[in-house]
Amino acid sequence: MNVDAIRNGLVIDHIHAGGGMQIYRMLGLDALDCSVALIRNVPSRKMGRKDIIKIDADMEIDLDVLGYVSPNITVNRIRNGERVEKKHIGLPARLTDILICRNPRCITTTEQGIRHIFRLVDAEKRIYRCLYCDAKAPD
Amino acid sequence: MRHLIDVMDLSVGEIEELIALATDIQAHPEDYREVCRYRKLATLFFEPSTRTRLSFEAAMLDLGGSTLGFSEASSSSASKGESVSDTVAVVGGYADIIAMRHPQEGAPLVAAMRSSVPVINAGDGGHNHPTQTLTDLFTVYRKKGGFSGLTVGLCGDLKFGRTVHSLIAAMSRYAGVRFVLISPVELRLPDYVREQYLDATGVAYSEVTSLDAAIGSLDILYMTRVQRERFFSEEEYLRLRDCYILTPEKLREARADLSVLHPLPRVNEIATAVDDDPRACYFEQARLGKFIRMALIMKLLGVSK
Repeated sequence: MNVDAIRNGLVIDHIHAGGGMQIYRMLGLDALDCSVALIRNVPSRKMGRKDIIKIDADMEIDLDVLGYVSPNITVNRIRNGERVEKKHIGLPARLTDILICRNPRCITTTEQGIRHIFRLVDAEKRIYRCLYCDAKAPD
Repeated sequence: MRHLIDVMDLSVGEIEELIALATDIQAHPEDYREVCRYRKLATLFFEPSTRTRLSFEAAMLDLGGSTLGFSEASSSSASKGESVSDTVAVVGGYADIIAMRHPQEGAPLVAAMRSSVPVINAGDGGHNHPTQTLTDLFTVYRKKGGFSGLTVGLCGDLKFGRTVHSLIAAMSRYAGVRFVLISPVELRLPDYVREQYLDATGVAYSEVTSLDAAIGSLDILYMTRVQRERFFSEEEYLRLRDCYILTPEKLREARADLSVLHPLPRVNEIATAVDDDPRACYFEQARLGKFIRMALIMKLLGVSK
């Protein structure tokens, strides 16, 4: 399967197989006017299978979303057909407005205009807790 | 500007400083009668409280300051739907420091993010109650002269008791502390508290169901209430409840230098006949709460004698 190389934009690589659609939705890529390719189940030497997203526009994206969904991801920035930057994304220390706390006693359920923030408390087990009430993040 | 939202916001050194200051305030109250003159403490209590609010108000008055505020949400703009952020933004223009109790977890942190003056968490639902933990630590210190090497029994509802979790977190930072966790299986310490503060730090602890078997080994016995609403069956509640009532008979097995603490209010988990025992420290504990709150107010306002 061939997908054209991009001249200026982003290639989000090493997404675990099946994670591409979740990232596509969380980044709101369906709202973009430019070409976006979501390639699923690409054979990979390191991962067996992986997903890749190509965005044909040089834009800023929320790297925390990527790290949370698929922590071994890489983001390549392409300019004039050349890779000018490669970032390895790990688990973010904080997630802001990505998850919503499900604790009914948490202040985030009633306070208007509040940012939903989760902090990483155990990187090995990938456990995040609500900054406000310490409730565990929903799986 | 500093706030106090969680007792773990304070380092071991800062807690020692607060204890030293509280000790000096108790010994020489006349030296501190004017240190907060013209300063105002706002007590924003969105749910009722007796001891904590009165203790904060007494603390500020004894420092020469004054207090203003409300004691329930119905007498504040919260009843009109005002947010916590807006409330503190307004109150910060009237007061120099805020003590807030709120039924929703995390509300004082939201307040601290917006406030122009220091915010003290005076209890947020079942989450944190750092000034109760400071009170507990001050009481232990006054009774034992320190924390290292103590065997601390925590008895009753260890699952939902926020004061128990905070006390474990704070005391697990001292060398040689050992915990004896005394509770029915249904009310054992939550896994995340055990993993975060005991397993991760290598602190010695044991989990038992019998108070009788454990009481003889303890330096500190921290009692909590076993609450009826935590049980699905009335029969089960009644079976377990009586196992954890401290009586003069049970105290016969305890050491002479045991200190019995309780965050109060007590319902029936400590028999009133225990109150006259010299090992019963819970009313003194409540009195000490005022002095540690005085020290905290001074620290957060940056004043000294």
